[in-house]
Amino acid sequence: MSKEEKKVNRRDFLFTASYTVGAVGVGAVIWPMIDQMNPDKAQQALATTEVDISSIEPGKSITVLWRGKPIFIKKRTSEEIAEARAVKLDDLPDPQKDEDRVKDGKDEWLVMLGVCTHLGCVPLKDKGDFNGWFCPCHGSHYDVSGRIRKGPAPTNMEIPKFEFVDSNTIKIG
Amino acid sequence: MSEHEYTPKSKAGKWFNDRLPLLTLGAHLTDYPTPKNLNYWWTFGGILTFCLITQIVTGIVLAMHYVAHADLAFASVEHIMRNVNYGWLIRYIHSNGASMFFLAVYIHIFRSLFYGSYKSPREVIWIIGLMIYLLMMAAAFMGYVLPWGQMSFWGATVITNLFSAIPLVGDSITTWLWGAYSVDNPTLNRFFSLHYLIPFLILGLVVLHIWALHVPGNNNPVGIDIKKPSKDTVPFHPYITIKDAFALLVFMIIFAGFVFFTPNVLGHSDNYIPANPLVTPAHIVPEWYLLPFYAILRSVPDKLGGVILMFSAIFILFVLPWLDTSKVRSAVYRPIYRQFFWILVIDVLVLGYVGAMPAEGIYLVLARVGTIYYFLHFIVVMPVVGFLEKTDPIPMSISEPVLSGGAEPSVARKVNEKI
Repeated sequence: MSKEEKKVNRRDFLFTASYTVGAVGVGAVIWPMIDQMNPDKAQQALATTEVDISSIEPGKSITVLWRGKPIFIKKRTSEEIAEARAVKLDDLPDPQKDEDRVKDGKDEWLVMLGVCTHLGCVPLKDKGDFNGWFCPCHGSHYDVSGRIRKGPAPTNMEIPKFEFVDSNTIKIG
Repeated sequence: MSEHEYTPKSKAGKWFNDRLPLLTLGAHLTDYPTPKNLNYWWTFGGILTFCLITQIVTGIVLAMHYVAHADLAFASVEHIMRNVNYGWLIRYIHSNGASMFFLAVYIHIFRSLFYGSYKSPREVIWIIGLMIYLLMMAAAFMGYVLPWGQMSFWGATVITNLFSAIPLVGDSITTWLWGAYSVDNPTLNRFFSLHYLIPFLILGLVVLHIWALHVPGNNNPVGIDIKKPSKDTVPFHPYITIKDAFALLVFMIIFAGFVFFTPNVLGHSDNYIPANPLVTPAHIVPEWYLLPFYAILRSVPDKLGGVILMFSAIFILFVLPWLDTSKVRSAVYRPIYRQFFWILVIDVLVLGYVGAMPAEGIYLVLARVGTIYYFLHFIVVMPVVGFLEKTDPIPMSISEPVLSGGAEPSVARKVNEKI
């Protein structure tokens, strides 16, 4: 009996070892098949864009394309900044201070991903109940800081990584 | 598969059949005993087969002229419409063919719901059918992206963003689906590849669907088990083939009506504007056949909740055979369930209508009521009615109501007239 058991155990070991090596092998083949669908080098190469912002008037905004997505660059008036900062954090579904959405000392410049955080449509400017943006797809309202106020979108519009190269140029990405 | 042995008459036939029993399969399909009372709602299986073959043939031809590149796709579709010989015809058959495919599949599904065709012992047929339906939606969605118009682009954006609702890994999954940081050329390329693949997956599942059907045999309007073959059955050929052929002919007339007279009525005019990643059209609507699910998605004021509910609306159908507690299959003998069935039909139509309307005011209210009823129907009505309902007496055989002048008066009357 014990002799037989020992034999079975040896075979079990071989089975387990074979399955393990087989699984690793299958995984090693499957991963490239999956990863090939991720953004390729050419897509990643588009990671930064420089934008000249010298011609934007206060209260106006421009839209530029970065990584295939629109970026809203808005030069806000002092009234608009004041309005954004007067909002109580309790009134926000995704509480975030306006100060945290802009660069220190460059409070007039709002640079954000012009993509509704619901299902990815591009919100329309100067529309909606909060003086900011309104997404026509499923009715999300954003305020003048790009924060979600009403509708199905779960979070504020995203702020991309960006920096001021000089006072007239920003680099996104 | 066949109950009786089949021997080919010719020597060559016998030689071949001994090595690959294709002739036995052919004989099985020809003689396949079919309930003699199948009505025209049962002709949609054949119609759907026709739709699938039409889509595959026209699709292969279109792929000979189409270019799957973000810069060229829109122009290549216009090239098909204007320059390719009969390109306009082939493309209009393909695009309207998708709608006709869904029209037929919805009738097919609701027929199954009415006559209880999803119930034991046909659960596997039902589940394979739902898998086909899911693949059809995937194929249709990706196909709609290929012309790279505004609706293509933004439809693709909205649908792929559904996956971003998944906690933690959502954004990575969405980027992976795109192959870029937004819907872009890599997305178009892979959608084309998958759009070409899926119809053949569907074809494989159709074979399984029919195979699974041929094990218990067809359900029928009376919904009772029958002996096969018996006086309750007729051979598939020529009885069913000729009936299916007639129904297909009528279906093709309607199909041709769309293709030749209003080829764009089911599409959206915005898709004749080239894709622009900077501007979202004012009203994004999916194709008509996805509208009920779109209405469910929009009825929830929460991103993840809406996505979960929308997918649940489809996946709940997979467990339907176990939610329905009634032993009686056909709604003909279920006076209470029958009424709820029609409420469900109206409910789905209402959801489809509000799915096409802006998500505000009365439409939003209707969408919410419709969504609640949709789920109530499957989760509450089906199990409870199955328990409580007093069903009408079911006949012993298909022939019985005819001969006794009972349950199906129209059939009975016809026999009397002959006498």
